[in-house]
Amino acid sequence: MSWTITLAGRSHHFRDLRTLMAKATPHRSGDTLAGLAAESAEERVAAQYLLADLPLRHFLEELLVPYEDDEVTRLILDRHDAAAFAPVSGLSVGEFRDWLLAYETDATKLRALAPGLTPEMVAAVSKIMANQDLILVASKCEVISRFRNTLGQRGRLSVRLQPNHPTDDLRGIAASMLDGLLMGCGDAVIGINPATDQVTTTCSLLHLMDELISRYEIPTQSCVLAHVTTQLRAIEQGAAVDLVFQSIAGSQAANKSFGIDLALLREANEAALSLKRGTVGTNVMYFETGQGSALSANAHHGIDQQTMEARAYAVAREFSPLLVNTVVGFIGPEYLFDGKQIIRAGLEDHFCGKLLGLPMGCDVCYTNHAEADQDDMDNLLTLLGVAGCNYIMGVPGADDIMLGYQSTSFHDAHYLRQVLGKRPAPEFEAWLEKVGVADRAGHLRDNPLALADAPLALGLHTTQP
Amino acid sequence: MSEELQASLRQWTDARVALGRAGGSVIHRSLLDFRLSHARARDAVHLPFDAAAMAVELEALGQPVLLASSQATDRATYLQRPDLGRQLSEESRATLGGVRSDQGYDLAIILSDGLSAEAAHRQGPPLLRALLPLLAGWRLAPLIIAPFARVALQDEIGEALGARAALILLGERPGLGSADSLGAYLVHSPRAGNTDAERNCVSNIRPAGLPAEAAAPRIAWLLGEARRLGFSGVDLKDHSASASTPILDTTSLGDRLT
Repeated sequence: MSWTITLAGRSHHFRDLRTLMAKATPHRSGDTLAGLAAESAEERVAAQYLLADLPLRHFLEELLVPYEDDEVTRLILDRHDAAAFAPVSGLSVGEFRDWLLAYETDATKLRALAPGLTPEMVAAVSKIMANQDLILVASKCEVISRFRNTLGQRGRLSVRLQPNHPTDDLRGIAASMLDGLLMGCGDAVIGINPATDQVTTTCSLLHLMDELISRYEIPTQSCVLAHVTTQLRAIEQGAAVDLVFQSIAGSQAANKSFGIDLALLREANEAALSLKRGTVGTNVMYFETGQGSALSANAHHGIDQQTMEARAYAVAREFSPLLVNTVVGFIGPEYLFDGKQIIRAGLEDHFCGKLLGLPMGCDVCYTNHAEADQDDMDNLLTLLGVAGCNYIMGVPGADDIMLGYQSTSFHDAHYLRQVLGKRPAPEFEAWLEKVGVADRAGHLRDNPLALADAPLALGLHTTQP
Repeated sequence: MSEELQASLRQWTDARVALGRAGGSVIHRSLLDFRLSHARARDAVHLPFDAAAMAVELEALGQPVLLASSQATDRATYLQRPDLGRQLSEESRATLGGVRSDQGYDLAIILSDGLSAEAAHRQGPPLLRALLPLLAGWRLAPLIIAPFARVALQDEIGEALGARAALILLGERPGLGSADSLGAYLVHSPRAGNTDAERNCVSNIRPAGLPAEAAAPRIAWLLGEARRLGFSGVDLKDHSASASTPILDTTSLGDRLT
């Protein structure tokens, strides 16, 4: 099917649905790199007009990636819930945007709708929405997940404590972990990106975190973000695996470039569930995504990067994860060039994930070769807080010395909690107060007695060996 | 946080721990320190690569050296067009094709500025000095210096040279406190179309991260295993003895915790 529209005497033609979707996408460098972007500002808006008139159900009839070629497409179609889709099945993309914004559309309706939506529908509607629309609709969604605490409730903001170290030095990691906990962070997960993907390192890091969490009875979970096969080996060796992590993307070919497929993720999910380590819930998966990953693996099927990103969320929701986050600015300026593009993408990803029923967080971040700085991150952080983002990253001083990029800090989390009146996950909030890290108002105490013996227990003596 | 605790956290990591706070926010000194580091990293991204000086340094290692070029011709293009950084220029394809060996090479080694010329300048020569003696018995292709390369250029270079494996050393994107970090990626059977799942990586090679003397045996071990197994990538797990050296013994740490 092809589309044509005439605006003020000028005709715009789009040869297929992929082209229409790509050209309707707000400008970003990755779509230009892929040769998919609109060639003029007017052409972009022309595509948005046409997309707005497209019936939502069209996405069930015309597939962007063929069913027989791609297991992600098969997953999307096979899991589509027609009954859940019914309330919006007669709407166009534009009418759907207005429906989402209606006063009557609340968290309950959106939760019931999620299984009826496909990533392509959600990506399409996001393309015609303003930033404030993405924020408002996302803020209506409430997606709750549980393992050792309850994440995602309205009015809560959680933090992944990210204590990475360039050589996976256990004491270096322990120092960052302790700093984060004393700053009231770590309720989403304590999650370490290992410098090198090894089973032995993974087991050591898991052991360190398990000991710390057990010793101080911290209501949180841990994760080592190694490749899923490495984590499976660690489970085989008896390691204390709370959550299984994997980076995922929106096509079978892109997932293959990550060395995974759906069967492997199923195996990992079952392995993690079999350990029964959660106390208040059984959400055991942690996924990361990011616009541009499919294109960078040359596995994007001629589809724009934002639609491919939304397709990754179909993979995520198959496994009822505890946490999903879009690592929005990590990939670099070839995909998201500057602060403006990173901010837009962060809001889109959070909106699309939430609408599809995922517990979305965001790694609000950038690299040093992007045209962005910490002020841009302050802006996105604030907007996502208003949008009801489940969690953000907490990196010491916002500077990840292992991965070499800038994210958000423990202090940033405090800023956001203060300015928006947000609180940590309820179990973690109670723990912070009980051990004396924070007072009832969430203010940090000056000289907490909490974890006073932790430096010694972690081997952080004041003199170098 | 007490001064004693601040000091004890800071001595174990270069991460920005124990920053102090104004309310829940960072104090002004920390804010400015961060800005200075970012300013320096921004400057490092745009530092030019001195390929000619690198060639002179590498020739001193006793291997022939060849210059090659990707299809990215300047820094701005390189940053925005990673596809061009993965492809060999036609001229270089011909040049490399001309030095193929009848018996074939076991390994092609490539050095590039990647995202940090400073990393290639500082870590490239010492890493190769430590690595080459560990590759006795390998038939090495001439060392290739290739500005503006992405990782996958190793496929086209390895293929053009007819090498059975390829190793590319290139500058990682500059972190705030580490503008000079080198990454090493190896692939068995380099050919256009290989995915990243078929590569193995040793990252953060720099004196304050993984020093060259520690990185070299790990790379040599991975190369040896890939040759022995006939594949590289996610299924090749890094069990090298050297890999555990910078890491504490977990049993003793667990003992202190419990």
